[in-house]
Amino acid sequence: MQAAGTGGLVRRTAWRLRLVFLFAMLAALPYLLSYSQQEIAVLLVINVLLVCSYRLLTLTGEWSLGHVVIMGVGAYASALLAKQFGVPVPLSMLLGGCMAAATAALLSFPLFRMKGFYFLIGSFAAGEIIRLIWKRFTDPFGGPKGLKRIDPFPDIEASFLSVDFYEPVNYYFLALAVVSVSLFVLYRIERSRIGLTFHAIHWQDRLAESVGVDTFRYRTLAFVIASFFAGIAGGLYAHYVGAVNPTRFSVDQMVYVLVWAIVGGTATFHGPILGVVVLTVINEIVLRALGLDTARPLIYGAILILSVLYLPNGLESLGPRLQARWRRWRGGPAAAGREPA
Amino acid sequence: MDLLWQTAVNATYAASYMALIAVGLVMIFGVMGVINFAHGELYMVGAYCVVFLYAQETFPFLLAVAAGLVFVGFVGIVMERTMFRPLRDNPLGGLIASIGFLLILQTLAVFGFGRRMGHVPPSTQGKIEIFGAILTYQRLFVIVAAILLLAALWAFLKRSKFGRALRACAQDAEAASLQGISMNQTARVAMFIGAGLAGVAGALTAPLVSPTPYIGHSIIVTAFIIIIVGGVGSLEGAVIAAVLYAFVHTFVTTFFDGVIANIVGLALMLAVLIVRPTGLFGARERA
Repeated sequence: MQAAGTGGLVRRTAWRLRLVFLFAMLAALPYLLSYSQQEIAVLLVINVLLVCSYRLLTLTGEWSLGHVVIMGVGAYASALLAKQFGVPVPLSMLLGGCMAAATAALLSFPLFRMKGFYFLIGSFAAGEIIRLIWKRFTDPFGGPKGLKRIDPFPDIEASFLSVDFYEPVNYYFLALAVVSVSLFVLYRIERSRIGLTFHAIHWQDRLAESVGVDTFRYRTLAFVIASFFAGIAGGLYAHYVGAVNPTRFSVDQMVYVLVWAIVGGTATFHGPILGVVVLTVINEIVLRALGLDTARPLIYGAILILSVLYLPNGLESLGPRLQARWRRWRGGPAAAGREPA
Repeated sequence: MDLLWQTAVNATYAASYMALIAVGLVMIFGVMGVINFAHGELYMVGAYCVVFLYAQETFPFLLAVAAGLVFVGFVGIVMERTMFRPLRDNPLGGLIASIGFLLILQTLAVFGFGRRMGHVPPSTQGKIEIFGAILTYQRLFVIVAAILLLAALWAFLKRSKFGRALRACAQDAEAASLQGISMNQTARVAMFIGAGLAGVAGALTAPLVSPTPYIGHSIIVTAFIIIIVGGVGSLEGAVIAAVLYAFVHTFVTTFFDGVIANIVGLALMLAVLIVRPTGLFGARERA
């Protein structure tokens, strides 16, 4: 869309350089971590995809409480396909994502008759029903204990290259690749005409309808796309950990996704990523070092309340806000009125 | 036939404490427009008041229950002052803040009492037989207390001047404040009553359910189902829906199993949301 002047070129090159730098950092990261921290890094990468896919759904203004269950649908589907039908694992993950998307398409008929608070509660109810079905029906879902000994991601054994995905480092790179591609797709969708329509539905749904946008179909589309990527995240999770159970996808876990998204801020693409990374680092490094593991929910709860009260636009708004404050502190007349509301 | 009758008696007991919880949630929603996700944890705190005062410190049961009501009521006032008042124009923010508060209460309960089930000895051993169905005094006590409390609340809301003010706030906060009704004070009282009802329900049922710090989850699910089926703004609807849901849930639990009963309850809620989102008894739409 930009005019390809020199300004645009410089900006784009700077952006690309930053991206290269970011990937170099991400590639170096696992070698700086201990074994258990590497395992956490794998889960963090998976959670980034989960929370970013969640954000796509919130673009239309709807907040679901069923997103983690949808991730579970992907995890269960991929695990069952691999275990019962011998589907090769990368394919089963993809099919798991499709299963999650299909579930969302089915659920959209009842759920998108509702809006706002009713959608929130409706998605909660639908998710709980799915979760209780896993819990109740031991065949094939394994009941409360869930599925165990899920086939791992197949090792690569070529003459010059052998990669064992049991090693967290290798799985980290696999997850990073899958998640990077997924994030790229999500980003492109948001910047496309479809993404702009999502924004329009969020802020002006009546107006969007009156200019001929079928809001139901676009809401469904956002839900289906978001669910597909949540399902992929679920597949990545299932074949890494090797076990899934209904408790892993309970509403408690959903609360964490909500916290990441809200603390990070959902107005920009990088907001939720910032939220999940910062909170995971605080959680795993600071709290673990201080031996405050049991206090984890308490601290998360306090962070959630404080950020809703004092940082309603999330961590992403912290940078510009501090900048504005600093400028004001230096006392230039140019500083007036730059602070976002 | 005996089993049917016994199940009906059990359902009556379930309906009475569920009604207390749901009416409290509706009170909070009605006046503040906020869905209090921490309502199940308020129930849990009420139950732990009894664990602490009655089971550990051996105060009389009734005193512990009264303390549960008042203490949880004050917890509600704290919530109103620190979260719901600053977030009055932001219902989603209020809901999310209450999720944060829920995590805090859960963790505090784990710190104070551990993760394991708290054991509360029954306050009486007696029981009566009603046409062959057995009803323990402990359960009878819950039923009687629920009826008395709800009747008192009804009288307060319909007869007293403050109750009228409260209902006016629930109908139209702006118009009410133009009449000189203090929104802050009304919200504080509504929050005290709403939270206190959840607390007293927890306190009354503590000897019957063996509380854990995580008991709030099933409570809030139940409460949501009831207030959706009853219509989110309606106190009478909440009571009727509590009775309806308690009977459905208890009968399905008895004749099938508990998980199926939960699925049926959630499906019922989903059906009401689809067909009539304002609930079976709710007239007006808020939110």
